[in-house]
Amino acid sequence: MNAPLSPPSAATRADALGAFLEQDYTAGFETRLETDTVPKGLSEDTIRLISARKGEPDWLLDWRLEAYRRWLTMTPPTWAAVSFPPIDFQDIVYYSAPKSKKDGPKSLDEVDPELLRTFEKLGVPLHERARLAGVAVDAVFDSVSVATTFQKELGEHGIVFCSFSEAVKTHPELVRQYLGTVVPPGDNFYAALNSAVFSDGSFVFIPKGVKCPMELSTYFRINARDTGQFERTLIVAEEGASVSYLEGCTAPMRDENQLHAAVVELIALDDAKIKYSTVQNWYPGDKDGKGGIYNFVTKRGDCRGARSRISWTQVETGSAITWKYPSVILRGDDSVGDFHSVALTNNLQQADTGTKMIHMGRNTRSTILSKGISAGRGSNTFRGMVRVTPRAEGARNYTQCDSLLIGDRCAAHTFPTIEVRHPSARVEHEATTSRIGEDQLFYAMQRGISAEDAVSMIVNGFCREVFKELPMEFAVEAQKLLGVSLEGSVG
Amino acid sequence: MLKIDNLHAAVDGKAILNGLNLEVKDGEVHAIMGPNGSGKSTLAQVLAGRDTFQVTGGAVDWDGTDLLALPAEERARAGLFLAFQYPVEIPGVSNAYFLKAAVNAIRRHRGLPEYDAMDFLSRVKAEMKAVGMREEFLYRSVNEGFSGGEKKRNEVLQMALLEPKLAVLDETDSGLDIDALRIVAEGVNRLRSPERSMIVITHYQRLLDYIVPDQVHVLSHGRIVRSGGRELALELEEHGYGWIDAGAKAAPATGATGG
Repeated sequence: MNAPLSPPSAATRADALGAFLEQDYTAGFETRLETDTVPKGLSEDTIRLISARKGEPDWLLDWRLEAYRRWLTMTPPTWAAVSFPPIDFQDIVYYSAPKSKKDGPKSLDEVDPELLRTFEKLGVPLHERARLAGVAVDAVFDSVSVATTFQKELGEHGIVFCSFSEAVKTHPELVRQYLGTVVPPGDNFYAALNSAVFSDGSFVFIPKGVKCPMELSTYFRINARDTGQFERTLIVAEEGASVSYLEGCTAPMRDENQLHAAVVELIALDDAKIKYSTVQNWYPGDKDGKGGIYNFVTKRGDCRGARSRISWTQVETGSAITWKYPSVILRGDDSVGDFHSVALTNNLQQADTGTKMIHMGRNTRSTILSKGISAGRGSNTFRGMVRVTPRAEGARNYTQCDSLLIGDRCAAHTFPTIEVRHPSARVEHEATTSRIGEDQLFYAMQRGISAEDAVSMIVNGFCREVFKELPMEFAVEAQKLLGVSLEGSVG
Repeated sequence: MLKIDNLHAAVDGKAILNGLNLEVKDGEVHAIMGPNGSGKSTLAQVLAGRDTFQVTGGAVDWDGTDLLALPAEERARAGLFLAFQYPVEIPGVSNAYFLKAAVNAIRRHRGLPEYDAMDFLSRVKAEMKAVGMREEFLYRSVNEGFSGGEKKRNEVLQMALLEPKLAVLDETDSGLDIDALRIVAEGVNRLRSPERSMIVITHYQRLLDYIVPDQVHVLSHGRIVRSGGRELALELEEHGYGWIDAGAKAAPATGATGG
């Protein structure tokens, strides 16, 4: 068993997988549109320009400028296990929007048909007829939201689901009350940058006692060249409210790297539940590591109320570099935080991802389930922190961290940090590492199953616990995505 | 019919098979015996198409097809089945899912409609009963945590489900107690048919008490050095492999240089 591979056999097996693994990144096309784009570069003027384009109130402009001044004093974080040449922040376009007749489309009829076709091609139909059943979608294209579906139906329940820019106009008091209260502008380098230049994103408000009757989702699309996407999402669930939200992302294939630095803030008051799922498929770059998105994202949830619950589920298959740690602050007593993650890196992709669970309230509970898959020359790092503060009597955490290696040139790292300051806390950590072996593939092939089917079978088995946390329609999508993303993975 | 002609194979540059000849007609059961290191398992793996073994010479004709030209999964789909000496564990993949994928891959190849979950379950449950496997094994990961006997039963179960034309059983008896051996052998005997040939590889004679072969071959240093009827197995049992090794070493090593 496990006979050492001689070079010719390794080559043959790579060939066998080749056909399947050479599948293209299907979202890599570019849409040609007239755009309203500000010149490259970042200064106070750029920020004033963005704010003016969006017709923002003064308080928001001041907030942005304040963040910008903070950002100027900060340096990019260097602790993550990723490497890339320094980013020239003056060589980025900070605002690009499809040109439209008015300020923004008021209904789908006013949306450029080319945009509707783009989203349809990506499997996100926005038309009345073809809408995903039971899912409301906010479609964000480069720097702006182009359409939000089911707004009227949701409005009947008092739910606000719209683009961030729209929320600033229609619900300024809510935005002002919650913006930056979970991720303050000076939280970290990329969060500060986002706070200064954020363009659009989604805003969700679920009033007291309301259970959102459908899945909400935002689909992010980067299209324009040299453009960074800096979206900002804010979700507030009042007392007893609940919502399930999903985001998806794609970008065209380009040789240059593009920056995506988002901030997501979740706030759950007493007895509220927020479930946030991500299927991230930004362009990962080519086989040689050329191009791809730098996905530097700050996501944090605040279980502000007692018995509240925030769940993060993420499937990360895209991006050249992923740097994100969706975290939960367990402030309310008896609040619960979950983090379920599948992160896949292939070719030269790098992912440094994980979570922080900050236990502050009594009897707070958290679960971390991380599945890292490394293939090709990919590098996958799990970085987790569990902190139990002196007040957090009876806090409990369970962490499971599994790595799957495909081939022998990839890497998996695990960096757990545990800080416990209450004697009653119970914190568990388990970790495993396994490898898809030549013997497993041969066994499956001897039963008539192709090598590519065998790999996806094993990978899906490995990820099953996380996939079952995703809303049904997206679990299937995530499975397919994982198959496509395993390009050239065995060798 | 399977016709192996002067087959040479190596692993990591080390020659293991040195000019092996063998003919197995439809419906026949051939036993291959031999001491450790004689090339028994290599023969099984080479026939199944494992690419960690390099074929360095010779040919294998299977019903007019050049077997060695086919990749492993196509050999399997065409009806070649290998019962593994050490069945492989695949954590996270349920046995039911794996078996269904295998059965349907082969049915597709044969132009038959694929089984849906219901068809498959009723079929697999019937076959499991026959090999004495409890239903819970369907829902466990492939071979993970199975005992030696359970793994071997799982192999026989797969053989029954996949209905091969040619089955190669690689030391299916190793590590089995007498009861497990009997159950496995019964499973194999049930599958004997005029269209199905079998190559039963074993170190010990005792399996042949249950699976009665049409022919017995003795393998030594990568070649068949003797062939005969069932009595040959009994002779081996009595005298051990020593006389064969002595004979093979005395003979000129034509196999190693031929081809």
